Amino acid sequence: MTNQSHYETLKEIVKIYLPEDVSISEVTEESNFISELNINSANLVDIILDVEDAYGITLENEDMEQMKTVKDALRIVNQKLLEKQ
Amino acid sequence: MRVVITGLGVCAPNGVGLTNFTHSLKYGICGISFHQELADLGFGCQIAGKPEITDFDMDNNFTPLERKGLNSSGLVYGFIAGAEAWADAGLKPMGKDKPDWDSGVIFGTGILGTDKFRESIHLIDSKKTRRLGSTSVMQTMASGISAYLGGKLGLGNQITTNSSACATGTEAIILGMERIRSRKAKIMLVGSCSDSGPYIWGGFDAMRILPTQYNSDPLRASRPMSATAAGFVPGSGAGALVLESLDHAMARGATIYAEVLGGAVNSGGQRGNGSMTAPNSEGVQRCIQAALSDANLNKNEIDVINGHLTATSKDADEISNWSKALGRSGKDFPYINTTKSLVGHCLAASGSVEAVASVLQFKEEMVFGNSNCDDLHPEILKRVDVTKIPLKTISYNPNMIAKASFGFGDVNACIIFKAYKPD
Repeated sequence: MTNQSHYETLKEIVKIYLPEDVSISEVTEESNFISELNINSANLVDIILDVEDAYGITLENEDMEQMKTVKDALRIVNQKLLEKQ
Repeated sequence: MRVVITGLGVCAPNGVGLTNFTHSLKYGICGISFHQELADLGFGCQIAGKPEITDFDMDNNFTPLERKGLNSSGLVYGFIAGAEAWADAGLKPMGKDKPDWDSGVIFGTGILGTDKFRESIHLIDSKKTRRLGSTSVMQTMASGISAYLGGKLGLGNQITTNSSACATGTEAIILGMERIRSRKAKIMLVGSCSDSGPYIWGGFDAMRILPTQYNSDPLRASRPMSATAAGFVPGSGAGALVLESLDHAMARGATIYAEVLGGAVNSGGQRGNGSMTAPNSEGVQRCIQAALSDANLNKNEIDVINGHLTATSKDADEISNWSKALGRSGKDFPYINTTKSLVGHCLAASGSVEAVASVLQFKEEMVFGNSNCDDLHPEILKRVDVTKIPLKTISYNPNMIAKASFGFGDVNACIIFKAYKPD
């Protein structure tokens, strides 16, 4: 999978967690999940689980702490996929 | 401070929503059915009352995110009923910025989200606690239902969940009435809910207080007041009422179903003939009399009773207690009915589902009929004339309806509704 397809997968995951007044078209690589996309911080836990399911990887607590933006998530996914190989 | 009912909502085994529920009550349509799941698990009683929730109901009430991982039937029933009552009262959820500080929620339950809790236990036992996700707590905390309703509607007054076994729903209405009377709130959304499924009903099956001989004949299984009553049929669902101060309701031109004239709760203390599972008769009579006194009523003013009447051997005792508390018998006894012959015993939801059924009788100008008691218990016939226990819905204008519920722990709750007539 390319970076672009990871990005699309991630956007698809994030979509359901967006509040009503934030549209999916507003999501960019730089978007901060909580401060910009207004995602409820409790839902970050659920996004992590969805990412794990989508890629068959396991994210640790430190990964979650570092996952502030969409870009952070992409970096962590790529890193986990490399480790898996 | 007078308190009135301006909205109703219901999620019952024989009807989700007021229109369906009213139709079922009028025509004696029963919501009890056989459940293969209970048979597969080796239950003695394989029938139950369970509301039929459609995808349409789910889409109408929950966002895709809320539906994700949602596995708490009581929460679903409670929210559907509560949201219906709020809309029925002509009220809307608050906007994003500010709650309604004068409106609150008292919505009871016995235990919430048993299926979600089971799912969580399996994950924890297989060392996957981190896989529980973020909603396990709010789907399984008892106050999940009041928190959910309060949050979705944006209410800023008291938001709480009461729990008093099968008296929960009736107690919630009394607590809401008291809060408005004491001028601490203008509107209270009150009611109760109870989960469906084997993990709720199993304990009762184990106590052998459920009927086992009607698995192939579910419509005849729930037989309150009958000589052949064989135990209560387990049920589930939710009922909701919007209570409001009369002044507030009139100022906004709300439609008023009835007045909540008074109520009382007590316990028989598990003394005398009372125990964890059976009511102390004196406690029941005192509760009924305290409700009358709170409502400032004479014993002869009640013209309709909606009983607790579960379909056990205790039904005759309950009738005897009403008769003694009101000092009335034979043809002088009020009309009496039980909603349980059509929905089973909805446990923590029973009081609120049955209160909604009781109050609908004012609007419909009817007393809803009793099913499955054409063979009335002889001890009941000694106290009450047969004409006071209608087998079919009758045309009648109720003035004062008493509704009582009794629960494990020897706890009692009795409430009085009065037909509302503008001055």
